[in-house]
Amino acid sequence: MATRISRGELAARLAQDIPDGAYVNLGIGAPTLVADHIPEGREINLHTENGMLRMGPAPDAQHVDPDLINAGKQPVTELPGTSYFNQAESFGIMRGGHLDVCVLGAFEVSQHGDLANWSTGEPGSIPAVGGAMDLAIGAKRVYVMMDLLTRDGRPKLVAECAYPLTGRRCVARVYTDHGVFDVTPDGFALVDAFGETTVAELEELLGLPLVDARTPVE
Amino acid sequence: MIDKVVPDIDEAIADIADGATVMIGGFGRAGQPVDLIDALIRHGARDLTIVSNNAGNGDVGLAALLKSGRVRKVVCSFPRQTDSWVFDGLYRAGEIELELVPQGNLVERIRAAGAGIPAFYTPTGVGTQLYADAETREFGGREYVLVEALRADVALIQGYRADRLGNVQYRKTARNFGPPMASAATTTIVQVDEVVPVGALDPESIPTPGIFVDRVVPVGWRAWTPDGEYAGGLVDVNGEPVETEGKG
Repeated sequence: MATRISRGELAARLAQDIPDGAYVNLGIGAPTLVADHIPEGREINLHTENGMLRMGPAPDAQHVDPDLINAGKQPVTELPGTSYFNQAESFGIMRGGHLDVCVLGAFEVSQHGDLANWSTGEPGSIPAVGGAMDLAIGAKRVYVMMDLLTRDGRPKLVAECAYPLTGRRCVARVYTDHGVFDVTPDGFALVDAFGETTVAELEELLGLPLVDARTPVE
Repeated sequence: MIDKVVPDIDEAIADIADGATVMIGGFGRAGQPVDLIDALIRHGARDLTIVSNNAGNGDVGLAALLKSGRVRKVVCSFPRQTDSWVFDGLYRAGEIELELVPQGNLVERIRAAGAGIPAFYTPTGVGTQLYADAETREFGGREYVLVEALRADVALIQGYRADRLGNVQYRKTARNFGPPMASAATTTIVQVDEVVPVGALDPESIPTPGIFVDRVVPVGWRAWTPDGEYAGGLVDVNGEPVETEGKG
């Protein structure tokens, strides 16, 4: 039987892959949890699209400042060495390939690395894209953090995206509650499976062939 | 003597015409020039096109302007928020037009207009439905879409401090769209908490030099900067007063 891990455990697993000194953008929602799990001894620089580097954690209630917010419009703090800059510069940081890693949520990721995370295309829904398309094509490594399956059990790793695309061939790696998958020229490669999950089980869940790229346990 | 300071906020925005394209700074509520927007509502110009990152929060500022029924079209990247009920209602009723632009393309279109560049190629949005009909071109084996610069008749911006020459400093992440928008409008109007003497602003730290600014309107300190410096524990992230009872 496949074994799932929690959001917090997944954030901690992802944080292991962020190297010391990295410039990182964490998308709104679950990806923000990664900041709480950076391994001891590593110093990373968080970028927020609304114009700040070296963003710190949320303040206590006595230090909320409406002029100091993150991309999710939540209050944040400064770390020593913080810099502020305007939106054109902030998106130049993304588009110009200066970020080492960004972590995004997703509705779907295709085996080619296509990302769909901005619109379900439902009639009557109000479209909103924000910085998602810029992040998707801009960072050196685009990581997706999401559940492997939708609430009604459909796989979110797919052969081709059905939802409107955010970016083409942009995702490097997908962290899910069942395992970690690289996007490769040969399709999805399983690099880490959680608990007792087997490749065959995951292939059956997804309806896709997987390359087994797990490091053998010694 | 150069003096761009206009103490009367209604006078400062009085020449905004019906049908104007108006850029409004801010990311959510941070940097939103609420006093200038309130003056624009009182002024009554209609059939406006608004360029702003979001489409209003709560019932104040940009949301109140939309509610007044004077906006024909919104150009923005992220209209849908938890507190964007005014825009949501107008959009669902078909009473407002939306041009959705990815945020980086939006701000670069604005920056380009201010920098004299009529159009540029960008990788953002390639292969997406937002650019299904766009002109594309390959550079170095990668595909890009052509997008055009975006200028405005008027830019309304919130700064922190300014001098009579129009040099503007911002506060923290409230800077956001201020500098690019200031450069991209025929008339740029900046509300600030305080006007300081010429020479008081550090010349090494002026994100918007006065050449981009036409009018400066002092509106007084905001609730969380009561004497020009940040004071904690007074407001929530929306700038609303917080309960202070029992505070040591």
